[in-house]
Amino acid sequence: MFVLARLLPGDPVSAMLGDRATDATVDRLTAQLGLDQSIPVQLLQFLGGAVQGRFGDSIAYHIPVTQLIADRLPATLTLTGLSMVIALVLAVPLAFVAALQADRWPDLIIRGVFQVGLSTPIFYVGLLLLTVFAAWLGLFPVGGYGDTVLEHLWHLFLPALTLAFSFAAVLMRSLRGAILSVLNAEFVDFARAKGIRQRLILFRHVLRNALIATVSLIGLNVGSLLGGAVITESVFAVPGVGRLMVDSIFARDYPVIQALTLALAVLVSLAFLLTDIVQMALDPRVGR
Amino acid sequence: MRGRLALGFGCLLLGLMLAFAAFPDWIAPMDPLAFDYEALIAPPSAAHLLGTDQFGRDMLSRIISASRVDLQIAFFAMIGPLLIGSLIGLTVGWFGGLADVLFGRLADLVVTFPFLVLIIAIVAVLGPGLTNMYIAVACVGWVSYMRLMRGEVRVQRGQDYVAAGRVLGFSTWRIVWRHVLPNSLRPVLVYAVTDMALVLLLGSSLGYLGLGAQPPEAEWGVLIADGKNFFTTAPWISLGPGIAIVAAGLGFSLVGDGLANLLDVKR
Amino acid sequence: MSLTVRDLRVVFHTGRGLVWAVDGVDLDVGPGEVVGLVGESGSGKSVTLRAIARLLHSHADTTGQVRWRGQELLTLSEPAMEQIRGGQIGMVFQEPMAALNPVLSIGLQIDEVLVAHTDLDAKARRRRALELLDQVGIAAGAARLGQFAHEFSGGMRQRAMIAIALAANPQLLLADEPTTALDVTIQDQILRLLLRLKDELGMALLLVTHDLGVVAETCDRVAVMYAGRICETGTVRDVFRKPHHAYTQALLRAMPSENTGEDFDEHARLVPIPGMAPRLDAPSPGCAFTPRCTVTEPRCGVERPVLLVEGDRTSACYARDRL
Repeated sequence: MFVLARLLPGDPVSAMLGDRATDATVDRLTAQLGLDQSIPVQLLQFLGGAVQGRFGDSIAYHIPVTQLIADRLPATLTLTGLSMVIALVLAVPLAFVAALQADRWPDLIIRGVFQVGLSTPIFYVGLLLLTVFAAWLGLFPVGGYGDTVLEHLWHLFLPALTLAFSFAAVLMRSLRGAILSVLNAEFVDFARAKGIRQRLILFRHVLRNALIATVSLIGLNVGSLLGGAVITESVFAVPGVGRLMVDSIFARDYPVIQALTLALAVLVSLAFLLTDIVQMALDPRVGR
Repeated sequence: MRGRLALGFGCLLLGLMLAFAAFPDWIAPMDPLAFDYEALIAPPSAAHLLGTDQFGRDMLSRIISASRVDLQIAFFAMIGPLLIGSLIGLTVGWFGGLADVLFGRLADLVVTFPFLVLIIAIVAVLGPGLTNMYIAVACVGWVSYMRLMRGEVRVQRGQDYVAAGRVLGFSTWRIVWRHVLPNSLRPVLVYAVTDMALVLLLGSSLGYLGLGAQPPEAEWGVLIADGKNFFTTAPWISLGPGIAIVAAGLGFSLVGDGLANLLDVKR
Repeated sequence: MSLTVRDLRVVFHTGRGLVWAVDGVDLDVGPGEVVGLVGESGSGKSVTLRAIARLLHSHADTTGQVRWRGQELLTLSEPAMEQIRGGQIGMVFQEPMAALNPVLSIGLQIDEVLVAHTDLDAKARRRRALELLDQVGIAAGAARLGQFAHEFSGGMRQRAMIAIALAANPQLLLADEPTTALDVTIQDQILRLLLRLKDELGMALLLVTHDLGVVAETCDRVAVMYAGRICETGTVRDVFRKPHHAYTQALLRAMPSENTGEDFDEHARLVPIPGMAPRLDAPSPGCAFTPRCTVTEPRCGVERPVLLVEGDRTSACYARDRL
């Protein structure tokens, strides 16, 4: 990101200050951001700072960027975590129904709805849910975050549902395929030959194997969930890092954007790691 | 059979969108910029099929005129990554070596960043606007095309016809350009159609956030953002553009899936 | 008879039309008896076995009668059938690596049979599982229970699958090519194991195989299948000594003789069967073996020979007396 930003045309300082800034202001900010140095020196300074956890101060909030991000991160993590749970709760049973009724009406309807869902932008899903469930029906708060943990979950439910929708679609599609191929596996026939209950076969034998095939997909999609959080938080006014990101762009708070981009990449890497661990726990053939 | 039906439906949706984009003045019932002070925030009626916005502009006409911008987004945000990624993928896939390793690592690095976050960050540096958005998408989106192309080229490289071409004394250039590239291109092009659905959603999202197309340019995401303050009282202002996005996105993804089935491209 | 199959038919609905995989099969298995169901791949022998246990998927139509100890299995409710599968009728598959669930421990896969078919508590089930592993010749059972299929060798996997099939003391074991996927030396061990367990537990065994050697070694009676139909049945000794069907004769000539019983002509040369296995999507009006048969007569291709009963033998071949 850093390198990309530096190599691209465009000057962050003038972008930050706009066209009317005086030369003196430009020089001061340039020096303040260390942009008067050569690119390799800047890169070293930035990376050196990043390793030590120093990202400078936010231009808009006048507090250390790290503290700002730490304040805002819990909301985003809760939001993405909650939406992951909702997506799984939606996708697993529907994938089962779709796979067991493959190419019949329930399957076609489920796939059709999710296909439409995949083609609907997140902000639009958010606006629709916000209008119907919060504004018209008054079932949920219109936005914000609340104060207690329960309130957090309460406030974040609609945003999480919004975010979960497209993720559930991706998940359902993959799980349905995995379940279909597992259903044809010989060990499912053998399990039936053992005379154990149909339900037990589905949950113990089929779901587990299908989930193993899908876990890596969950990890790969953490990035798009975090990206989606940027939009969702903006729609629902959730005080998380996603909204901070958008606000920072309009505030031209360059250090925040830079640090935030890096922080989210670290989160994605952690998610990849977590995926590998979960995969190892679920699948005895991996690792050990 | 149902696959063909879905493909047909997708083509129909896209055809409609293309018609909107090609002849907006023809199809749109009135001037999308004309203010009608008699009908401010008017609900759908015979005069204004999809209602009007706060300035009395006809929503249907605005949506139709915006289709041109959105289809442009779908095309330009797709073509940049496609060209860059395919070219890199073709080169490193064929020659391998250090460049292959380096670009592989670079791709690994890029995918650790959430796609949208990286795009937004780059747009933040460059400044909001459609051109900068295209640059940002090209900076990030090439990765998928490179990986896809590289994989295909590696497969083609091992095929008998390549060895035969060598035996016949064809130049590397000729083998790659005339034989390997055309054979590797099919999955890339199929992916590109699906990708157009994704970048269309991306473009409208950035438009909604104020980072993409800039008002007064009419773009569906921008139209929705315009109407969001009236969403509870005058939902029609945002509803129409939303349906337009869904229809176009659905069109691209149905056609993409249909082509993948038809051409037997594995996903 | 404990298992009586009459006029069993299985039709598969495929994307390219109907396939008559099993086309009117009659079969009997008495208590404690070992019956071999033999035929080439695609002859419908495995499908017959799965149809008996009602394991075929929804795209297969099964008709006919399958009577098990006086109960008609094909019309039984699914819960009642679950009680019989794995309880009274155990089943062993061809490829243990595919048939064992890769992500569940062997112990759990034995345990779930005991949970379904016995009233034992957790402790007793574990004891029973250890006893089973010991019975099928898997040493250090306590450690093996926690392991997974990929940690077993091929032979051990097949032993584990047999342990699972026998967990609830079935009276009939359906074995679908149980030795085909194994090394030759291990094949023999597994066959001996099956025979020993059959005697110890007093159960009957229906063994599907393409290997006449296996039949000669293990079975009391044999049924030969071709293109979804039974060609002939009889005791192994009778059938091998004097086949009553041209296909059986061709099969016997195509295999090395030392496996086929003590009285067989040792100087006979191996004669491969000409032609290819028949298509099942367009059944012939006559005997399906006609195109590959060396002793045909005009009516063979147009009129299907009926299965004639003769003492404890049955056969469906016009050339029976000329073989």
